Amino acid sequence: MSQNSLMAWTIVIPLLAATGAFTFPRVARRLGLATMFLLVVLAGLLAITLPASGIGLQPVGGWEAPLGIRLRADGLAVLLLLAVAGVGFLVSLHAHDYFGPAPADKDGERESFFWPLWLLLAGALNALFLSADIFNLYVTLELTGLAAVALVALTGGHTAMTAALRYLFVSLAGSLLYLMGVALLYGGYATMDLSLLATRVTAEPAAGLAFALMSVGLLMKSALFPMHFWLPTAHAGAPAPVSALLSALVVKGGFYILLRLWFEVFDNLQTPPAAQGIGILGAAAIFWGSFHALTQNRLKLLVAYSTVAQLGYLFLVFPLATDPASSETARLGGMVYLGSHAAAKAAMFLAAGNILRTVGHDRIRELAGIQQIVPVSMFALGLAGLSLVGLPPTTGFVGKWLLLGAGFEQGQWWWIAVILAGSFLSAGYMIRLVMLAFTRTPQPKVTGTVSRKMEWSAFALAVLSFGMGFVATVPARLLEVSAWTGGAL
Amino acid sequence: MNPEATVLLGILFSSLITGSVIFFLREESHRLRTWLNLLGAGMKLILVLALLWGVRHGETYEWSLSMGPGMEFALGADANAVMFVTLSTVLWFFTTLYAVGYLETSPHRSRFFGFFSLCVSATTGLALSANLLTFLAFYELLTISTFPLVVHRGTSKSLQAGRIYLAYTFSGGAILLLGVAWLQSLAGPVRFTQGGAIAHVIAEHPTQLKVLFFIFLAGLGVKCAIVPLHGWLPRAMVAPAPVSALLHAVAVVKAGAFGIVRLVYDVYGVETARELGVLAPLSWIAAFTIIYGSVCALFQDELKKRLAYSTVSQVSYIVLGAAIFGPLATIGGIVHLVHQGIMKITLFFGAGNYAERLGIHRVSEMNGAGRKMPWTTAAFTVAALGMIGLPPLAGSISKTYLKQGAVDAGEPWVVAVLHVSSLLNAAYFFPILYRAWFRPAPPRFDEHHRETLETHWMLLVPPMFTASFVILAGCLADTSFSPLAWSHIITAREYAP
Repeated sequence: MSQNSLMAWTIVIPLLAATGAFTFPRVARRLGLATMFLLVVLAGLLAITLPASGIGLQPVGGWEAPLGIRLRADGLAVLLLLAVAGVGFLVSLHAHDYFGPAPADKDGERESFFWPLWLLLAGALNALFLSADIFNLYVTLELTGLAAVALVALTGGHTAMTAALRYLFVSLAGSLLYLMGVALLYGGYATMDLSLLATRVTAEPAAGLAFALMSVGLLMKSALFPMHFWLPTAHAGAPAPVSALLSALVVKGGFYILLRLWFEVFDNLQTPPAAQGIGILGAAAIFWGSFHALTQNRLKLLVAYSTVAQLGYLFLVFPLATDPASSETARLGGMVYLGSHAAAKAAMFLAAGNILRTVGHDRIRELAGIQQIVPVSMFALGLAGLSLVGLPPTTGFVGKWLLLGAGFEQGQWWWIAVILAGSFLSAGYMIRLVMLAFTRTPQPKVTGTVSRKMEWSAFALAVLSFGMGFVATVPARLLEVSAWTGGAL
Repeated sequence: MNPEATVLLGILFSSLITGSVIFFLREESHRLRTWLNLLGAGMKLILVLALLWGVRHGETYEWSLSMGPGMEFALGADANAVMFVTLSTVLWFFTTLYAVGYLETSPHRSRFFGFFSLCVSATTGLALSANLLTFLAFYELLTISTFPLVVHRGTSKSLQAGRIYLAYTFSGGAILLLGVAWLQSLAGPVRFTQGGAIAHVIAEHPTQLKVLFFIFLAGLGVKCAIVPLHGWLPRAMVAPAPVSALLHAVAVVKAGAFGIVRLVYDVYGVETARELGVLAPLSWIAAFTIIYGSVCALFQDELKKRLAYSTVSQVSYIVLGAAIFGPLATIGGIVHLVHQGIMKITLFFGAGNYAERLGIHRVSEMNGAGRKMPWTTAAFTVAALGMIGLPPLAGSISKTYLKQGAVDAGEPWVVAVLHVSSLLNAAYFFPILYRAWFRPAPPRFDEHHRETLETHWMLLVPPMFTASFVILAGCLADTSFSPLAWSHIITAREYAP
């Protein structure tokens, strides 16, 4: 299979499967699992062929830019495809048992929408990562957002609806700002293709305004402090597999487009003060999110606030990658961190979901002794926590180490301080959880059961978040084939 | 993969794999768990002996894996590594035996022995680390794997001790991480090299390197329990006796001391460190810790706390050896790494036996313990006399070398410090021995103890062996296979022209 058709299939297959799952709810679970498995294979093939074949470009329907739209697979895109497929597959394993078989009652009927929505989301995310023009990015971003909002609303009930609505408004506002930027750019440069724009954009007010609008819109979508307010309730209120997917994958969509804009399209427009500004917001996110995570009484909210904090680290890439000398280190660090956070956070949300299902609540104070009931989930929580805290030799550590290295190379010691302080805070809230397992207490009351698959899928994700750092050479090699490091287009 | 690399990885994985399996065993599978424990310990011991034999015969052992740009996961077996890995493996074997005897009737055994095995994997990995980054990784793994052992009992007191332990060690780890990242930005990835690895940047950044030395020292000093970073150690005494043995003699404290040895000799190089002027402050810190720990030990009535403060003091002998320039002091410091280990583990085995069998937790309750448990007390006595530095036991060898080294280096005040320390050692150990042997036992002891053996054989054999090591390491110090001989080899390489 050629690289071009591989790209097309990663988008078409999940979209087709979404339709199938909607039409035939009885087979939705099996169809979903099979699709995700196929996506793992496809993304793997893309990753294997990429270094040899270079950046893949495919004009959809045979129309070339600037008229037509193109798909493009470079190292960055393939890494994110791998994340969607890998994390998505393991979360699907969990969801397979979480949502149960046939729709029995009204709740079940609503929950049967999980599979079509999730497959739609997977297709939209894949399309987003493979898009080579800013309008296509807008369309896929909107699709991702809508599918995600619908998934948040899946549980029904007042709280879920409020969270979903709030999420919807933020998401729409963010897309709107982004779209305004797209219009400005198209008006100014008569193209929407990323690589063509990169050659044409000059430092003029319209371009600057477009850059600012798009950046703010995307920051809203990726929940960077202070635009994070919608995230905790949306992520914590959703069913466990949905929380996992939202925290691990969806927020990364906006971040991905930001990377593209900053380091490809507007590479000559971005200024150190602006980059430092984003870094400051990232640092604020780390402190704000960690502080709230420390004070939460509910497990899922704690995990959600930890997402707010962990996203902050990703945005440290912007100030640390402005200097060409260390930009590769910083970007690689950011991508490794993204991967580690995706796996770790998915593991934690699944584990939290398992706990919630077995004892019927997630009040942290009353969870002591929980490891006697769901030992594997608790182990997964701890293991993923190690990676979040960034203890060596976990993947999270490798990411932090690379960011620290970039900080030292550029003498930006304040980010070093932020990274280390952030580790302390995250250690603080993780210890709160780990202590639960060692407190001697009678076993909590069991009100539900979880299947083995549900426990071990969380565990597998935790192992990934722990061990992927040992193969950090893989993303390093993939990122060499990137549009932003001067790879051939 | 070549056979040399297989040996290295085998040493690492022998306990890692058995440990991982043990986690998933059911509580009742007593026999299987014990067999797995002993299998891991035995295999590791055999592999380490093979390694010793190979290194003696000039084989080089190396293995590395690139994790990313500037990140190499590297294992190797230089003379320093071999000594520490042998020490921890041999002592782990006996500690495992002891722990099985001590804990196989208490709850959460699978969890305990799982983390127990992880802990020794981290220690051997730390010993075999060939560069700073790998060292850092195992240093943190050690924290993670010992924490569950410290809080094992799950009482509020042990949870509190665990929190304090984590606060200290995690801060230490973060400081060490800062140091490693900073040093790498100045000198590139640092591989442990005898004679120093950063000579090429010394002229360029002397001030930064001076500051960095103390950052490293702060990071390593937490585990090494240097005053004022020692606060966690006496509190961690709430852990079960085998864990204390592990913390004090095999793993945690030793890891810190070993790290400082690495820092002085294989990162900076002892000559470079002297030129930078960082050795003198290090010797003051070590000397203060030696005296402070001993004085605190005097005032502890709780037996394990007294031993803990004694560790604070004794481990700094190793640091002192590293801080005094000259081969004799170096030999004294490095050999004390082994000697302190075998002596202190014997003492903790003894303390565990007293607690387990006679319910003794305090020095004031020790009356007559010697008559009830003669073998345990004999082992305890040998180790205590060794600590005081009575010839021909192991401790006297270290002290002699340290004193002679201090005289050679023109620092006679160190000799005075060591004499005072010996006096204090005697002052806090003799009352224990006196009570145990010469005071009459309270009547309640007679209720216990009707069997032929004074306690379970698994609790008795380990201290007998380690106590005999204390005697042998001293008496046979001149032979070619003693720890002293090995320290000579290491030192010869460090001071090679």
